Amino acid sequence: MLSVKNIKFQYDAQNSFQIPDINLKAGEQLLILGKSGSGKTTILNILGGLLKPDSGEVKLGDTLVNQLSGAKLDKFRGKHIGIVFQKPHILAPLTVEDNLRLANYFVGAKGERNLELLKELGIYNKRKSKVTTLSEGEAQRVSIARALANHPQLILADEPTASLDDENAAIVIKLLQEQAQKFNAALIIVTHDQRVKDHISNHIIMGGKS
Amino acid sequence: MNMLKLSWKYLVAKPLNTGLNILLLALGLAIITVLILIQDQFENKMTKDAEGIDLVVGAKGSPLQLILSSVYHIDYPTGNIDMEEAQSLSRNRLVKNIIPLGMGDNYQGYRIVGTNHDYLELYKAEIEMGEVWRKPFDVVLGAVVAEKLNLKVGDSFIGSHGIGSSSHEHDEHPYKITGILAKSSNVLDNLILTSIESVWYSHDEGHDHDKFEADVTTSGFPPADEDREVTSLLLQYRNPMAAVQLPRFINSRTSMQAASPSFEISRLFELLGVGVKLIQGLAFAIIVIAGLGIFIALFNSLKERKYDLAVMRTLGASSLQLFIHIVLEGIILTFIGALLGIAIGHLFLAVLVMQNEQGAISGLSAAVFLREELYIIGYAIAVGFIASLIPAWTAYQTDIAKQLTKS
Repeated sequence: MLSVKNIKFQYDAQNSFQIPDINLKAGEQLLILGKSGSGKTTILNILGGLLKPDSGEVKLGDTLVNQLSGAKLDKFRGKHIGIVFQKPHILAPLTVEDNLRLANYFVGAKGERNLELLKELGIYNKRKSKVTTLSEGEAQRVSIARALANHPQLILADEPTASLDDENAAIVIKLLQEQAQKFNAALIIVTHDQRVKDHISNHIIMGGKS
Repeated sequence: MNMLKLSWKYLVAKPLNTGLNILLLALGLAIITVLILIQDQFENKMTKDAEGIDLVVGAKGSPLQLILSSVYHIDYPTGNIDMEEAQSLSRNRLVKNIIPLGMGDNYQGYRIVGTNHDYLELYKAEIEMGEVWRKPFDVVLGAVVAEKLNLKVGDSFIGSHGIGSSSHEHDEHPYKITGILAKSSNVLDNLILTSIESVWYSHDEGHDHDKFEADVTTSGFPPADEDREVTSLLLQYRNPMAAVQLPRFINSRTSMQAASPSFEISRLFELLGVGVKLIQGLAFAIIVIAGLGIFIALFNSLKERKYDLAVMRTLGASSLQLFIHIVLEGIILTFIGALLGIAIGHLFLAVLVMQNEQGAISGLSAAVFLREELYIIGYAIAVGFIASLIPAWTAYQTDIAKQLTKS
């Protein structure tokens, strides 16, 4: 379902990345490990259509993501790709529930599963709260819920556990895996956090060593 | 969730900042609103009150003062004129109609004006209750006077000497109310009308009961039993030629002066115009500052919000939607500012009118809405749009990947 081939990318002449080819079927999971500066986030940005590669192709389903541009790319991303960041980045003026609804609104989805999703992630009773009243772990779960609000085919997570303690990190990884399986979505987690390795066996290492 | 709600939530998240910008803009627009309201109604009222009066003749002095006192009843008269001289004018072939006015008394600050029934006809006044005056000391009240003083037909009162509320009372001659005029929204509303004879007799020494029982003159000049004076004359031309000859004749050949209401009023507006321009300039300066304030607020908030904007993009928002998101914030701000400004403007005028029950602006109404006020909303929205253009453009160009990796 996701195939990444011959991707080359460089910010400038000194900083070029050779990105390994990736092939994932629906429901499969992949861990990309690597130190800071090894280009892990760059891969994620290219996969998510946030950065355009210099060459090569990123194909999700039948769509060549790297050939989309402008509003089309934005809508495609919103609809089919869910992104979880290291920091939750919940939109502070909105409530938890409205954060999900906003994601629905941008792609024209109804968001019938929002409440169920919040329940499954254990933040249903916080749905009317503002992000400022949430704990770090709760906030990260909100950001997962938001990434999943439009039933994405591909879930990308960039260091989702970096700022969490062991317990919360384990919960977050478990939730990501569960939800990915439930939606039959491909899950890619980029991290340097060795704790995650125990949960996902399929992994590649960036920058030669980890 | 929609764009409007999204922008609204971001505005509400910063109530102080938002409130301050709205208030500043509202202040500027309130001043404009008051100016528009006053100017429109004032000019309307002024023109309406002077309709049908081609020339005002009175004692020599300031022509503007003569117009203000005899047509609008807001200034003091320039003095009195000899009735014989006035009467000789009515025989001039250039004069179509002439209405004498006698002033000098008031009741509770409302002017008692002695005249004849032609004066009522000039304003097409209608009697709401009772009937017009027939005998000396019969009076007809303007609608506002009756309402404010709570007087009815059949009541009587004692006038005091002078034009404003004042000093000594003519205690021996009470006025009797025979009629009340229907509300006409012109100068008659605030007047107490009676015959010239009433004004004369109230200043005479001694009583002459035969005179008091005789009918008063309803048109033209009353017959003079001794040397009599009137305050001024309202005059209509017979033909356009009169406009050229008559004022010159009166000013050079008689001891009276003639003044044209339309000329004096346009002179007055010219004088007022400088002040109005000044206040307008001030209002525009405030509006520009408010626009700048909105611009700066949006621009500053953008720095903190670049991350939010990038996140919105990852959720599927297009660049254009972010542009609209920011522009909407500016427009919502200025739209609310405009509504508030118009409300404050009307409120301010209402307070102003309430505090000046008998002054020049007493006839104004705060409950009038003009088409120009819609333009105010339009202008305000334009200000919001312009102020948010640069911040919105910045939002439009947000580089998501760079923004998200910066953290």
